[in-house]
Parts: sequence; structure tokens; C-alpha cells
Amino acid sequence: MQAFTKRYPVWSLIIALLLAIFLWLIFAPWSDGMEDVMGRKRVFLNAIFGGVTLGALYFLVASGFTLIFGLMRNVNLAHGSLYLLGGYLGFEVSEWTGSWFIAFPVVFVLVGIVGIVLQNQVFRRMEGEELRQTMVTIGLSVVIADLMLWIWGGQSYTIYSPDWLSGPMTLPIVSGVRSSGEIIYLKYPSVRMAILFAAIVIGIAMWLVLNRTRLGMLVRAGVDDREMLAASGVRIQYVFLAVFAFGAGLAGMAGIVGGTFQSLSPGEDTRFLLASLVVVIVGGMGSIPGAALGALIIGLSEQLGLVYAPTYSVVFTFLIMALVLAFRPQGLLGEKQ
Amino acid sequence: MKKALIASVSTAALLLPSITMAQDDTVKFGILVALEGAFAEGGADGVRNVELAIQQAGGMAGGKKIEFVVAPTDTTPDTTVRQARKLIEQDGVDIILGPLSGSEGIAMRDYAKTIPDNTVINGISGALETTWVDPAENFFRFNLDGAQWGAGLGSYVVNEKGWTKVATVAADYSFGYTNFLGFAVDFCRSGGEIVERFWVPLGSSDFGGVIASLPDDVDAIYLGVGGTDAINFLNQYSQAGAETNLIGGTIMADQTVLTSRGRAKDALIGTPTSGPLADDNPDEAWQSYVTAYQDAFPEDERFPSPSLFGVGYYVAALAAIQGLNEVDGDLSDGQVAFREALSTMPLDTPLGTVTLNENRQATGSVFINEVVDDGEGGLKNEFKARADNVNQTLGMSVEDFTAMGLPSRDNPDCAALRDGG
Repeated sequence: MQAFTKRYPVWSLIIALLLAIFLWLIFAPWSDGMEDVMGRKRVFLNAIFGGVTLGALYFLVASGFTLIFGLMRNVNLAHGSLYLLGGYLGFEVSEWTGSWFIAFPVVFVLVGIVGIVLQNQVFRRMEGEELRQTMVTIGLSVVIADLMLWIWGGQSYTIYSPDWLSGPMTLPIVSGVRSSGEIIYLKYPSVRMAILFAAIVIGIAMWLVLNRTRLGMLVRAGVDDREMLAASGVRIQYVFLAVFAFGAGLAGMAGIVGGTFQSLSPGEDTRFLLASLVVVIVGGMGSIPGAALGALIIGLSEQLGLVYAPTYSVVFTFLIMALVLAFRPQGLLGEKQ
Repeated sequence: MKKALIASVSTAALLLPSITMAQDDTVKFGILVALEGAFAEGGADGVRNVELAIQQAGGMAGGKKIEFVVAPTDTTPDTTVRQARKLIEQDGVDIILGPLSGSEGIAMRDYAKTIPDNTVINGISGALETTWVDPAENFFRFNLDGAQWGAGLGSYVVNEKGWTKVATVAADYSFGYTNFLGFAVDFCRSGGEIVERFWVPLGSSDFGGVIASLPDDVDAIYLGVGGTDAINFLNQYSQAGAETNLIGGTIMADQTVLTSRGRAKDALIGTPTSGPLADDNPDEAWQSYVTAYQDAFPEDERFPSPSLFGVGYYVAALAAIQGLNEVDGDLSDGQVAFREALSTMPLDTPLGTVTLNENRQATGSVFINEVVDDGEGGLKNEFKARADNVNQTLGMSVEDFTAMGLPSRDNPDCAALRDGG
């Protein structure tokens, strides 16, 4: 951070200024003149929060994807299938037990096991053959999609959140002022705030594990140079298994989250695979902070686009991706190979 | 040897069509229907229903034996035209029944102009343009179009529910505009006011921003989205705690939404929608048709009750058979007499009596349903009212309807309709 400020003082200033304007837009009450230009503040705030929570969901899916890629150089195109599988399993578990929360650990473990089987039985046999792995994962995603269609059918599923999370909550942010002078606070679906909170906690936990623990050290070392790591006596296959299981489990949990505030149906797997590809391309392949930044940017662009320019909202995502590829092909926070 | 074989086979292939065309005591139907892609199930139900209609007519029409050929499409216009050409040129059919979807219908309207000696009777495609813009002389449509399906709902919510101020959220594509137009014309002419319109891209999954933008002081929100988009919207709408009434477009409360798992769909209870049929229509013609359908096919080879697509093809086949009966099977002279009969005869269908206008487009009934709890944890549509004699111009004069323009985001102009109507 300090190094960045020293190297690019002008850019740092611009970024800080933009951030300050943004925060002011969120917290300060808007004058009538501003509402004329930007529309109602409530709409703006909702689009921002919608974008951030959508970004949180994308982050959950993409962080596993980017971690697996960073360590194993394996573009797992079946990652979307793990997401959808997790969602369906989450629906079954939460219906069966009646608890939304129990679904999370159960699905994390179950989809994690699927991840272990994939890594141990499939990818390990073709280590270093990237093209072959990619083709196999495409094949697997088709097979898994058909199996899920067979089991759960073509209809849509939504997962019901617990009662205390349903409905809106009031946030301490001013969304407008009534003509009587009374201040209106922003109301926002509480389940989405919970998801945002959980994503932040998971993000911080991942950062801590990666940067403060021995396992994290192994993973980081593996990302940098896995031959050297293996040569120094680390049983790297176990590290691979752990990372793959964790990434898969995270995708599975993201499936529950997606099923709670969107819906699950055939085709969602490829939609989320595409979203996580875009996120990691924008953020930088293999970088966790990159995945967070990319997810935030893509989520915000989708929501702001849908509200302020519905016709072009689909284009924005890919425009951002094209710009990043043109000017910073390694991704915003990615490192040059 | 091999050459001789190829030669004889290709000669036979060349001769085949002429052989099938030569028989005078038969009439040949070509069923042009989507049997691949999203509508495959519905398309298969279409074929079943044509079989049912032919079976009910004893396999005969106008003293001739009915034969039919099925030409499968994948709902893309170019496949449809290719299959239609195959039906005419190779199979030598007299009458085409089909197609199924909107863009196919427009393609078939244009193709029909190149085969003036044959007749096309639409299956269930519902684009307004097919029979409104530059229609073909030999293209007949006995089902209502997407705009007509929306009619009747507007006056119902104003008069029965007392909802006069609505905001609308609808899908940003041709069917979204067309279906919305039918609702809006009726609603505005009944004195309703549309405060704000939102158009959302097809396949949007996160509607949080749009839901927040919806105005508070409205009586109801019109939703013209379908499938998973509809489920996502309902889910996020109930999570945002919004409690306004909902009004549904034709595809809002169809089986995809009603059979979805989870509670998102519960927000739909009490929502009125409009469409071309009502499952629990008490009308005797409908009831006996449903019984005939259920008796004709074993339970695992059909839907519980005929689908929208099935009904469309059934009506098309009925029209062809009745038309042939009226002219005693006379298809000579480029089918002139047959076409005259189709244009003028009132057709009794399970959905009520249908007549055609000067564009050969049906005037018929629209059904208003309301979503209710079926008592077993699921939802179903309950028949509430019907609007009869809905014509292509939705009760407006042809000049007014033309002046209004084709469906688009800003069309119709609600205030102008309210003051003018």
C-alpha cells in the first residue's frame, strides 16, 4: 500500500478522491438538484448494495476457482457444476432438516469430497497436461449437468432462508428526507446483508490462512514454484487435495447462497462458470484479493447497468473484461508470469 | 452394379413425391412443429392433438381420407422454412399446420407467399406481425396473438380489483412488448394509469436495483417476465419485503413458475393473469375436449391436461377438417373454395367460437385466471373471468391501432389512450 502510494502519487490521489466522493454519495443526504440528475438516492443505494452483495456471491465462487488455478495451473471448467450441485444438495438438506444453517457445513463437506475425488482420480492422472485437463473438465461438466437434470429435473428451486433473515432490515444509512424533515433510513433485504457479512468473513479468513499459517505458506510457495516446493520434501499432493477440496466446498456453499437470493435451475452452472472466469480474468488469475476486486467490479457493473442502462447492462461486463485484457492482460492484481 | 443401384435409388427418390401426390381420394396434412429445443414437449403435445382431431373426425375430411406427415423444426426460422419446403416439394402435402413459435410464424408468413396454391394454418405461433404486417393471402391463424392474450386483464383489474395505478416490469424483447401492449391498451382505456415502465433484459438474475426503483404509491405491479427470471424476481421481491399487489403477464404464472420448488412463488398468490386458456374452464366444450384428450392417450404419454401448444394445433386441425367438410374436399383451382370457407366460417373450438378477420386472424376469447393455493402445498390457476370477441385491434378501429404503431418500449401511450378511449 505504502509502496504503491510512493510509486504512483497521482494515481493514489485520484483513487482516494474517487473513494471519498463515493462514500459521500452513500452517506450524505442528496439535495433536490442531485436527485434530478442521478434519480432517487434510494435507487442508487440499492443498486450499490445489490452490486456489492452480488459481488460477494461471485467472490465465493471465483475464489475457489482462482485458488485451484493458482496452485495447480488447472482451469477447472467443471467449477460451475460444483456450484449448482452444492445448491441442489443445500436445498435437499435444508428441506430435510428445516435449517438453512446446517446446509452450509454439510454441503461444504459433501462437495469438498466430490472435489477430492475429482483431484485424486482425475486430475492427478494427467498432471501438467493442461489441455487434456481442460477438455476433461468440460466433459465432466456436461456429464454432471445431465446427472443433475436427471435427479432434480428441469424446474427451478429456491432455498428458503430462516424467518429472522427474511424480509428487510433498516440500515443506518440515510436514503432520503421526507418533506416533513423526517429522515428515511435505507431498507435492505437482511438475507443479503448476512451473505455479504459472511463473504467478508470468509475472505478475511482465507487471507489470514494464506498469510499467517503453515498451510498458507505451503500454498503460496506452491503457487510460486511447485517443483521447488516438491523438491524440498513437501508432500505436495496433499496440499493439492486440501486446496481442491476447499475450493470445491466453497463453490458448493456459494450454490446455497445463490439458491437463496436467486434460483437454481439447469444452466446456472455455465452462467456461474462464465461469471467466475470473467471475475478472475479481471482480477488476475490465481490472486485472492484479485478475485475480491474483480467480483466487486463485475457485481457493481451488472447492478448499476441494470438500473441506469438496462439495454447495455449485459455489455458492460464484457467491456470491462476486454479493457482489462487490452491494457493489463495479467489482470488488475495479477502478477506477470 | 453399384452404379445401377445408385441410379435406381435416385430415380425412385425422384418419383416418390409424384406418387404420393397422385392419389385423389386422400388429403395430406403436413404438421410443422418444434420437436427440438425449449418447446419440444409442447410440440409433441401438438402432434398428439392433431392425431386426436383426426381420430375424432373418423380419419376423414370432406369425403377424403386424411394422411399426415410430421416435419420437425428446432424453432429457428430457417429450419422451419426448410422443413416447410420439404413438406410441399417432397411430401406433396396440401395443407400445412404450424408453426409453433413467434419468429417461425413470421418466416412462414413470407414463405406462404411463394406457395399460393397451398394453405398454411398456424399452429400456435403468436407474433402480432405475422397477420398484421403485410399478411399472406393463404396464411390463416385461428389462435389469438400475444397482444390479444393480454387483453381483458386491464379492465378486469380496474373494475374488479380497483387497481388503477400500476408500475410495470417486463422483459425487454418482442413478446414482452407485445403481451404488455395488450394489457396496457385495455388497462389505459379503462381509466388506468401506468406510472413507470421498467424493461429488463432476458435472463437477468438479480433484480434488486429494479425492485428498489419501483414507486411506493401504486396499487399493483405488472410483471411481464417468465420462467427463471420470474422466479428470481419473486424471490428477491419478497426478500425486499415489498407487499404491493401483482398482476401477471401471460407467461408469468405458467407451469414453469407454478411447479418450481421453494417458496418464492408464494408471492404470486392472488395474482391475476390472462392467457388463451383456463385449465378449469367450466365450459362444456372445454371439459369434453379435456376428457377426450385424457381418454385418447395413456397417462404417461401425455400432459395431465392439454398444453397451450396442444390446444393450438388441435384448433388448427379442427379448422382444416371443418373447412374441407364445407367444400366437400374440393381443393382444386389453388384451393380457392377451401380458403373462402376458412375465411368465412365460424369455428367452434374448445375455447369458444372463433371467427377470422380480413387479415385471416382470429377473434376469440381470452381467459383471466388467478393464482391460488391448491391445498397441497402447490399453486394452481383458477378461472375467474373471460373476455369474449377480442379482436386483432383490441377493440380499437384499424386506423387508431395502426396509428398507435407496433409494440415497443414506449408504445402504447397510456395517457393518450385514456383520454381518447
